[in-house]
Amino acid sequence: MTTPLLAVNDLRKHFRLGGGLMGRGTRSLKAVDGVSFTLEKGETLSLVGESGCGKSTVARSLMRLFPPTSGQVVLGDTRIDDLSAGALRPLRRRIQMVFQDPFSSLNPRMRVRDILAEPIRNFGLAKNRADLESRLAALMERVGLPREALSRFPHEFSGGQRQRIGIARALAAEPDLIICDEAVSALDVSVKAQIVNLLQDLQKELDLALLFISHDLAIVEHMTHRVAVMYLGKIVEIGPRRQIFLAPRHPYTQALLSAVPVPEPGAGRTRIVLRGDVPSPINPPSGCRFHTRCPHAFDRCRIEEPLLDPVGGGHFAACHLDGAALPAQAA
Amino acid sequence: MPDPKDPDLKDTPLLSVENLQVHFRTPDGVNRAVDGVSFAIRAGETLAIVGESGCGKSVTSMSILRLLPEPPARLAGAIRFEGQDLLGLSEREMRRIRGNAISVIFQEPMTSLNPVLTVGRQIGETLRLHQGLSRKEAEARAVEMLTLVGIPEPKRRVREYPHQLSGGMRQRVMIAIALACSPKLLIADEPTTALDVTIQAQILDLMRDLKSRVGAAIMLITHDLGVVAEVADRVVVMYAGRKVEEATVRDLFRSPRHPYTRGLMGAVPRLGAAELPGAPQRLAEIPGMVPSLKTRIDGCVFAGRCPSVTDLCRSHAPALEPKAPGHLAACHYAPKDALAA
Repeated sequence: MTTPLLAVNDLRKHFRLGGGLMGRGTRSLKAVDGVSFTLEKGETLSLVGESGCGKSTVARSLMRLFPPTSGQVVLGDTRIDDLSAGALRPLRRRIQMVFQDPFSSLNPRMRVRDILAEPIRNFGLAKNRADLESRLAALMERVGLPREALSRFPHEFSGGQRQRIGIARALAAEPDLIICDEAVSALDVSVKAQIVNLLQDLQKELDLALLFISHDLAIVEHMTHRVAVMYLGKIVEIGPRRQIFLAPRHPYTQALLSAVPVPEPGAGRTRIVLRGDVPSPINPPSGCRFHTRCPHAFDRCRIEEPLLDPVGGGHFAACHLDGAALPAQAA
Repeated sequence: MPDPKDPDLKDTPLLSVENLQVHFRTPDGVNRAVDGVSFAIRAGETLAIVGESGCGKSVTSMSILRLLPEPPARLAGAIRFEGQDLLGLSEREMRRIRGNAISVIFQEPMTSLNPVLTVGRQIGETLRLHQGLSRKEAEARAVEMLTLVGIPEPKRRVREYPHQLSGGMRQRVMIAIALACSPKLLIADEPTTALDVTIQAQILDLMRDLKSRVGAAIMLITHDLGVVAEVADRVVVMYAGRKVEEATVRDLFRSPRHPYTRGLMGAVPRLGAAELPGAPQRLAEIPGMVPSLKTRIDGCVFAGRCPSVTDLCRSHAPALEPKAPGHLAACHYAPKDALAA
């Protein structure tokens, strides 16, 4: 087997909370608590889950926007989680990010030209001035913006156009992997479709890997290859799209899928409505973290934490229930 | 007040918005945020208003409550609630209606609750104001309201502040405030947009359940077609400040007549559809952008983005006319049933 583009092993990120004597708080918020996955070249892996499940913290740890508490991040054949800032710098080119809010993620005082030229200059990608110009022109064409727009400022564009600029900025560094953190969530329906199509086209043309973080399960199903479902800092289920959406094994995945409103009046689906809210990641429940809301929980779930076990075909689920005993959830 | 014994009034809608125009004066021209919109809501009905940012759906709801500052806003047309034109009322008279006969739930439960007052006090406020309850009675009723919206331990929660509650609970509190005075019309402006899907499912179930118990009419403003399909009876589709289509929820989803509505439906992937044979690899796009509302549009507002646009569309605005019984669309080329009135 070839090495994956990205391998994440038992990644943890705990945020120490203030308080306590001498400011040495003993409590910590376990935002990400042992997450492992791999990502191949040209593949889309989606991280889904509700607010506070740790999906954005995974993204930020991979980008080294803060250092992970423990665990390994391996890019190609280089371990990057413990590299010094200087040693990491050339490798940063290979992982780029597109953010959720196109209004706050672009510097309002920079022209589009400078926003896009910055990564090209930083990583020394352009041989000369003419090369830089042709790269800028190619980027604009790639994301479907007119070349004249280079001399304009972000505020002159609509939300969808700004997200195109954000994508162009990510592409400028010629990355292998783009992390899209809720990159289409803030956009209107018709514009969302444009950006989703653009991301899919770019992936095919450039053989890009995408780590697509989203809470919109219908969009995820449309564009992903594999899905990882997170709950309270852990992956509870991971597998190929088809299996996750047609035969989800984990009760949380089943509830999540059944909660999505379907644009079909009188579709008459049975919805699994979960009781209560997500517990606090400061004091996560014992055993299986989902047991407080799980409709199938039994004694073992409260005591023993289930492991992510293979259920066949690259599909893993962390649940004590025998998968076959669960009522099959028709999609 | 209309006489409830009058038999003709049985069919009179609870709220009727007639040719509403909301224009904002801005330094660079007049923004026609809502340009001649009419619709009606009958008692006990759920009407959804659907559209993308800037289509005028929220401005319409703010106009019904007269919450827009005038000027810069200029309202024209009529908004009749139980026969009375709200546009003709003074601020004092309006205050007697807000939170009483018409109440509202906003999108952001965090910013629409007062952070320095307890939840109980905020629910009780409308009751003391509109129904003249004492502080004690209002608190007792607040506990009842919290029970009604499914908040556990209501006696403890009633003394808590908004920051002590989760997002879903805050939205339940908002609903409790809105329903405290048993309104006849509840305006819900993107009530679940800021919530996670499992919490959204809880809130939608709650709204449906409460509607059958309280009997209020709901005007639901949303951009989520899934939410519309689950809770609405009738749907108004808005685009660039105008109503482009109106139908019952079944008719709209079964046979959308306006190209914009069809575009919207094609742009949303359906959960479970990706695995069906022949599933589209790409989402249908609506090319281009919403036109500026600051320039007068003579033809069809959707002409610039419509896949089947003709010269007629660019020069003449299509009239909103029945294409099937109870199904209106503003398009020159929308298919029309023989039976259409």
